[in-house]
Amino acid sequence: MIRYLMQRIVTMAMTLAAVSVLVFAIIQLPPGDYLTSYIAEIQAQGEQVTADKIQFLREEYGLDKPVWEQYLVWVTGLVQGDLGYSFEYNQPVADVVGERMPLTLILNAATVIFIYLVSFPIGIYSATHQYSWSDHGLSFLGFLGLATPNFLLALILLYLANVWFGTSVGGLMAPEYIDAPWSLAKLGSVLAHLWVPVVVIGTAGTAGMIRRLRANLLDELNRQYVVTARAKGLPERRILFKYPLRMALNPFIADLGSILPQIVSGSVIISAVMSLPTTGPMLLSSLRSQDMYLAGSFLMFLAMLTVVGMFVSDILLAVLDPRIRLGVKGAR
Amino acid sequence: MSQIPHFISTEPFDAEATVAAGSVVSERYARASQARLIWWRFLRHRLAVVSLLFLVVSYASILVVEFLAPYELNSRHTDFIFAPPQAVHLFHEGRFVGPFVYPLDYSLDMETLRRTYEPDRAQPLPIRFFCHGERYRMWGLIEADTHLVCPPEGGTLFLLGTDRLGRDMLSRMIYGARISLTIGLVGVTLSFILGISIGGLAGYFGGWVDATVQRVTEILRSLPELPLWLALSAALPLTWSPLLVYFGITLILALLDWPGLARAVRSKLFALREEDFVVAAEMLGASPRRIIFRHLLPNFMSHLIASASLSIPTMILAETALSFLGLGLRPPITSWGVLLSEAQNIEAVALYPWLLLPMLPVVLVVLAFSFVGDGLRDAVDPYQH
Repeated sequence: MIRYLMQRIVTMAMTLAAVSVLVFAIIQLPPGDYLTSYIAEIQAQGEQVTADKIQFLREEYGLDKPVWEQYLVWVTGLVQGDLGYSFEYNQPVADVVGERMPLTLILNAATVIFIYLVSFPIGIYSATHQYSWSDHGLSFLGFLGLATPNFLLALILLYLANVWFGTSVGGLMAPEYIDAPWSLAKLGSVLAHLWVPVVVIGTAGTAGMIRRLRANLLDELNRQYVVTARAKGLPERRILFKYPLRMALNPFIADLGSILPQIVSGSVIISAVMSLPTTGPMLLSSLRSQDMYLAGSFLMFLAMLTVVGMFVSDILLAVLDPRIRLGVKGAR
Repeated sequence: MSQIPHFISTEPFDAEATVAAGSVVSERYARASQARLIWWRFLRHRLAVVSLLFLVVSYASILVVEFLAPYELNSRHTDFIFAPPQAVHLFHEGRFVGPFVYPLDYSLDMETLRRTYEPDRAQPLPIRFFCHGERYRMWGLIEADTHLVCPPEGGTLFLLGTDRLGRDMLSRMIYGARISLTIGLVGVTLSFILGISIGGLAGYFGGWVDATVQRVTEILRSLPELPLWLALSAALPLTWSPLLVYFGITLILALLDWPGLARAVRSKLFALREEDFVVAAEMLGASPRRIIFRHLLPNFMSHLIASASLSIPTMILAETALSFLGLGLRPPITSWGVLLSEAQNIEAVALYPWLLLPMLPVVLVVLAFSFVGDGLRDAVDPYQH
């Protein structure tokens, strides 16, 4: 187990390193840098920029160094918890970001929990009541949930909330808590607002999860050992929970790896639509204004969220399934 | 298990006739090509067939958008800004007059400063069909002015309302289909080429090439797609022409889509390399080229096509999302996502809900592609039935 753990940690570290190179390359892609657009803006306002000042700014921001050196500075900063400097806000990125990262984390974690809580009972119900009316109905709902893009769902929800309640459902907390320090009351307010985006982001994931759980459980339920158990007169409930459910659970956890990127993607766009105080809207604006370190930290944070999440799911899977941690060939 | 109902037929048994009747059916099956078998299996999927028909009609319609749309893409009606959808009526004062609309009366609510439009129920204006309307250039070449439906003489025909510049939503949606529907196809083609060549290389050479490809695909698959798409499309220079931006976006969509295909190609190649028929072909002296194209490719091509058809809707949705957020296609190009970006703020959604209508074709097309993809996937799997 420890060997497996070490292996996975090394892989994760290498993945994160590769991702950091990728992210840095992407934020370097736009022609010019923040300074060129900044200088253009100042000149457009009719002010003069002297060559000295440009040179000073360039050195100050470290934009005069070669690309690889800029990368090294950025990465060592990241490792030490220094996220770099936001050009647009003239502040360290950490100060600009503030609560956004923990809130993003809460939002994504809540969505994962929501997906599991909802899809688990429904999946079991669908599989044990195959081809019943409720099964067909749930399958249809699932298809619709998979096909409707989540930001459209958010728009519809915004519209309906406006028509029915006359209020906006945007935001993640009541206005009076926005700049307040964390307290129980604030946490309560966040939780009360959280359910709308969580449902919107989680719909597609839940639908997919129900489908997979249903299919897996159906495969198991048709196995001979189930027939044997039934022939021996075991009660249905015990037959279901003793083995087939455990087998069907395996992919359930393995799928965390595929739904996590989906959830993180979803939370970005939903946050932009519903103007949630998470990383989404600020990532968009920083991308538009070429505020490269701010955008870079957001991208890195989102990527880290999924990579670490997958790491956790792999560990859980190894705990659950001895074939994986012992490296047996033919394990799923 | 329930008891299987059974009975004994009293009719005399004619062995020869039974065999003959059976052999007609089985011979039809035995002689059918693989493609034909897949097609037969696909036809059993009702929903998939209906969806396929819908898609064929949709794609055919993008060839003649200029003819189908009542107005031109950019024709503005400054007197009718944010006009609500006009209803089509058949009966005027209890009398049948055929499809017609009532003209809109515009007034400004002085208290809220909102534009209000009231249908003037006094005069019905019949809608014209196969008529001469606004001039357009078919495919940018042939000048014509024939439309399927035109606004009535002296009136307007905004079946789905107008936007903030007084442009007809229906016409814009019909024109938008051209971009939204093709972007998925172009993107999937690109990702298909990337996936097959990279996955093929990994599967063919194995060793360190395979290991590298495996790592790269793993990393790409573990990343959240949308933020990367956003970052990449933000990197497209603003000076690019609309056409370049269009291809840039498709390339970006394909860049993050190929890993799935590459993995499928690789694992299939690995599995098939060990099959007896490949060994037999090698024994008979077939060249690697012949083995790959004659024996390996046909074996998983259908699978690849099925999985590619499942990634078209992802691309359509991705383009819609990008354009909606303002980082995808930009206004001179009109796609459904660009149209939806007008409905971004809550006031627009609350006051002019018809701005949300472009999401209807998006959902329909995505659903249709998912059904067709599901049907295809089931049909190409020889072990399913």
